[in-house]
Amino acid sequence: MIRLEPRRQHSQKMIYLSPLLAIVLTLISGAIIFAFMGKDPIEALYTFFIMPINNAYGVGELFVKATPLVIIAIGLAMGFRANVWNIGAEGQLTMGAIFGGGLALAFYDSTSVFLLPGMFVMAAIGGAFWGAIPAWLRTRFNANEILTSLMLTYVATLFLSYLVYGPWRNPEGFNFPESRAFPDAALLPIIYDGTRVHLGAIFALLIVAGGWVLLTKSVVGFQLRVVGQAPQAARHVGFRQKRMVWFTLLLSGGLSGLAGMFEVAGPIGQLQPSISPGYGFTAIIVAFLGRLHPIGILFAGLVMALTYLGGELAQIGLGLPSAVTGLFQGILLFFLLACDVLTKYRLRFGSVSKSGEPA
Amino acid sequence: MKARFMKRTAAALATVGAMALGMGTAQAADPLKVGFVYVGPVGDFGYSYQHDQGRKAVEEKFGDKVKTTFVENVPEGADAERVIRQLAQTGNELIFTTSFGFMNPTIKVAKQFPNVKFEHATGYKRADNVATYAARFYEGRYVAGVIAGKMTKSNVIGYVGSFPIPEVVRGINAFMRGAWSVNPDVKVKIVWVNSWYDPGKEGDAAKALIDQGADIMVQHTDSPAPLQVAENRGIKGFGQASDMIKFAPKAQLSAIVDHWDDYYIDRVQAVMDGTWKADDTWHGLKEGMVHMAPFTNMPDDVAALAKETEDKIASGDIKIFEGPIYDQAGELRVKEGEVAPDGMLLGMDWYVKGIDAELPK
Amino acid sequence: MDWIVPLILTVITASTPLLLSATGELITEKSGVLNLGVEGMMLIGAITGFAVTVSTGSATLGIIAAAIAGMAIALIFAFLTLTLMANQVATGLALTIFGVGFSALVGSGFVGFAIEPLPSLHIPFISDIPVIGPILFGQDFLVYLSIFMVIASGWFLTRTRAGLILKAVGDSHDSAHAIGYNVIRIRYMATLFGGAMSGLAGAYLSLVYTPMWAENMTAGRGWIALALVVFATWRPGRLLAGAYMFGCISVLQLHAQSAGINVPSQFMSMLPYLATVIVLVIISSDVTKIRLNAPACIGKAFRPAQ
Repeated sequence: MIRLEPRRQHSQKMIYLSPLLAIVLTLISGAIIFAFMGKDPIEALYTFFIMPINNAYGVGELFVKATPLVIIAIGLAMGFRANVWNIGAEGQLTMGAIFGGGLALAFYDSTSVFLLPGMFVMAAIGGAFWGAIPAWLRTRFNANEILTSLMLTYVATLFLSYLVYGPWRNPEGFNFPESRAFPDAALLPIIYDGTRVHLGAIFALLIVAGGWVLLTKSVVGFQLRVVGQAPQAARHVGFRQKRMVWFTLLLSGGLSGLAGMFEVAGPIGQLQPSISPGYGFTAIIVAFLGRLHPIGILFAGLVMALTYLGGELAQIGLGLPSAVTGLFQGILLFFLLACDVLTKYRLRFGSVSKSGEPA
Repeated sequence: MKARFMKRTAAALATVGAMALGMGTAQAADPLKVGFVYVGPVGDFGYSYQHDQGRKAVEEKFGDKVKTTFVENVPEGADAERVIRQLAQTGNELIFTTSFGFMNPTIKVAKQFPNVKFEHATGYKRADNVATYAARFYEGRYVAGVIAGKMTKSNVIGYVGSFPIPEVVRGINAFMRGAWSVNPDVKVKIVWVNSWYDPGKEGDAAKALIDQGADIMVQHTDSPAPLQVAENRGIKGFGQASDMIKFAPKAQLSAIVDHWDDYYIDRVQAVMDGTWKADDTWHGLKEGMVHMAPFTNMPDDVAALAKETEDKIASGDIKIFEGPIYDQAGELRVKEGEVAPDGMLLGMDWYVKGIDAELPK
Repeated sequence: MDWIVPLILTVITASTPLLLSATGELITEKSGVLNLGVEGMMLIGAITGFAVTVSTGSATLGIIAAAIAGMAIALIFAFLTLTLMANQVATGLALTIFGVGFSALVGSGFVGFAIEPLPSLHIPFISDIPVIGPILFGQDFLVYLSIFMVIASGWFLTRTRAGLILKAVGDSHDSAHAIGYNVIRIRYMATLFGGAMSGLAGAYLSLVYTPMWAENMTAGRGWIALALVVFATWRPGRLLAGAYMFGCISVLQLHAQSAGINVPSQFMSMLPYLATVIVLVIISSDVTKIRLNAPACIGKAFRPAQ
């Protein structure tokens, strides 16, 4: 019988050890799965985890893939700490892309250096606007944001579809569903030649730093931590729950909007019907995998991104179907999430011990 | 001794290099590596499934002279470029990117890999090493229209559409011209489900159309659901992408089958022979890229007429978009004695006169 | 007026999978567990139901197997979140990723198979009564089950001791534990029930709604089911209304398109989502009622004090 005994304090050692343990467990179970599929386990694991990043382009792709995940997860984590359940980041991302991309399309022959900053602002406004609706409905009408934010995601996606199939369709594009290509002035500059790493990656790091400062050094951050740990206490101290709802939804919406704009002004370069393979949902996992802490989120985002790249290479190099990579990704996440428990608890085998003292 | 050591080291390095590129160990006569990129899962039993059938045909035909690789479920966003690039990087000499959304990434990667040959389906951008290919599915839709015009009793056709892109609009126009050629009273009702693949929703759309009087079901979405509904409700319909007779033994009149096998085999052969060119291929019934599934569940005379229509399209005796063609606003689009050029068909965003529905703009 | 009966029949088919999985999730959430893996569990149920039906020729076995498979995958979730206290939100999402992959892997051998749809009830004469006959007495087994489960869940939560205990566990696990209830065991059972119902919902898709298997055939219905639980403010009766409203608007917008209404189809497709939000806003305005229904401990890990 397995039991868990609480630690008196979170184990500092385990904060770093538990992900390692999870990875070891994943490697073992991965090896078993791949062997079962008739593949050489060592080669398979190498393909999955090392090959994606054994050259500069691959490392660049890791950053390209992690950028939206990290940016969105930072915003979501603030909300989750305050028990604000924004699961509509995907829609906010889409709205950010529409607002930011819309500006680029309105000035499609512009060469102005102000175009890109303008898109940043518009994207943040677009995302925040889409986050403001659940905030308003929650604070004014008490409507649960899980439902409203999720439903608004479908609305945003359909709205983007309407735009690129209709009014924003490229007039020179044979009526195919895509916008014009953005002008060069609306594209994020590449920061490392030979890769696709764009300015958004720098912003992701700045947002991580900003999130860390906000969380640890600011009054709002203190409130977020208190609300998350002891909502009752927070109510007594008189923190305004409504203000928290507004703050976290506007913040996460704005950041998701930025992430969406980075996708369309970065690697994609135009508006099209599908701009995100579910980054808004994957970022929820990233936020928790990173323990709702900006630094943790950075690492979690990179790990998550790696599993996607590895999944593609496993298809190319090993001929594994994408189903196997999804399965493997799920197992990896299970281990990571399960091992997390070791930071707060210690594992005990056998019958109940008399005390919680360390043995 | 030293030489042998050097040789071994070199061999080891080569192996490491090959492994790093994911090529595995090199065989005596290197097979031609061919890559495929699919937008959906090969298990969709629709669009991506048919492309994968083509890939399998290539494997069967060339045996160990080729090595094919595919990547499925590739999103049409930032990820496509990386996947295509990885395929090029790992030694694939011919890469098929099978969805419209892969157009720009294909062009970008092609610039970086001038020695790799690319084939993009359903797009319009080409380069020295990027060919395009598409099928004239609308030819099959005209045949289906002829059958429907003969078979309908209510004179109402139900049409389940995915998205109003030129390919689908062209299909509706061709279908209706076929139907009117035998029965000028036919009307069409169209429902857009805003998805290529959502069996439940496609089925519900089919039910809605039947409830409003449709007795022939046509679909331009990927799942067999609308046809299953037709079977269930006792009306007739057409399969899409593959022969769906198994799903509707009593309802399927025929199916417009995507048949990429021959084209893929030809192109692989062309690369092997060194005759590959960056062409624009648009094949139809004549070349066999579009097939009609057997004509079933219809009287013999209708089946004979359908066969005749199919043959005449293949031989060029029937030209589907031959003028005069007016659009809904009454504007003359194709003059009498002329045939709509491929450029017009490629970007078709208007309904022909007589279709009683508004095209979403 | 003869289009009304088929319309209602279409709505019933569209709503039933939502209703089945949402009922399961409602009970799970009432015990204080938030399982976002409904989509993954539905897919596992869909492929299991289909595979077993194809292999054995018995849809009954298929349905039973689907429920068991849903429970099996819910057990993974329960072990991770209840025994190991992993985060519920993230684990649920990971469960969906896992379920999509696993179902696709198992299902690769079943693509392109056709089966007979599940038979519908037919009582001579009664089922032939105009209008009410086909609607009330002409459905398949799972439709009746979905309605029965909603009523049973409502009865269970309000009228039985076990239901009250379940709610107590969801509202305050510490007090429930103090009184002597085994919080973890109760949550395990509620989570497994949710898995079984999602499995049934999946089987409904692959055996009745569109009798076939295709990857990702749920197409997001698991997410709608999750939203419906919130929409229903955790009350089974409202779940019935919510699922049927969503199904009804989804079908009606298709009918409106078919009738030739001149609105871009994207806006038509938005309607069910917008309607759900608007109705939720209306019913949520009564603050006190929501507070009473939402399980206070939802999503929070529980560990019995020593």
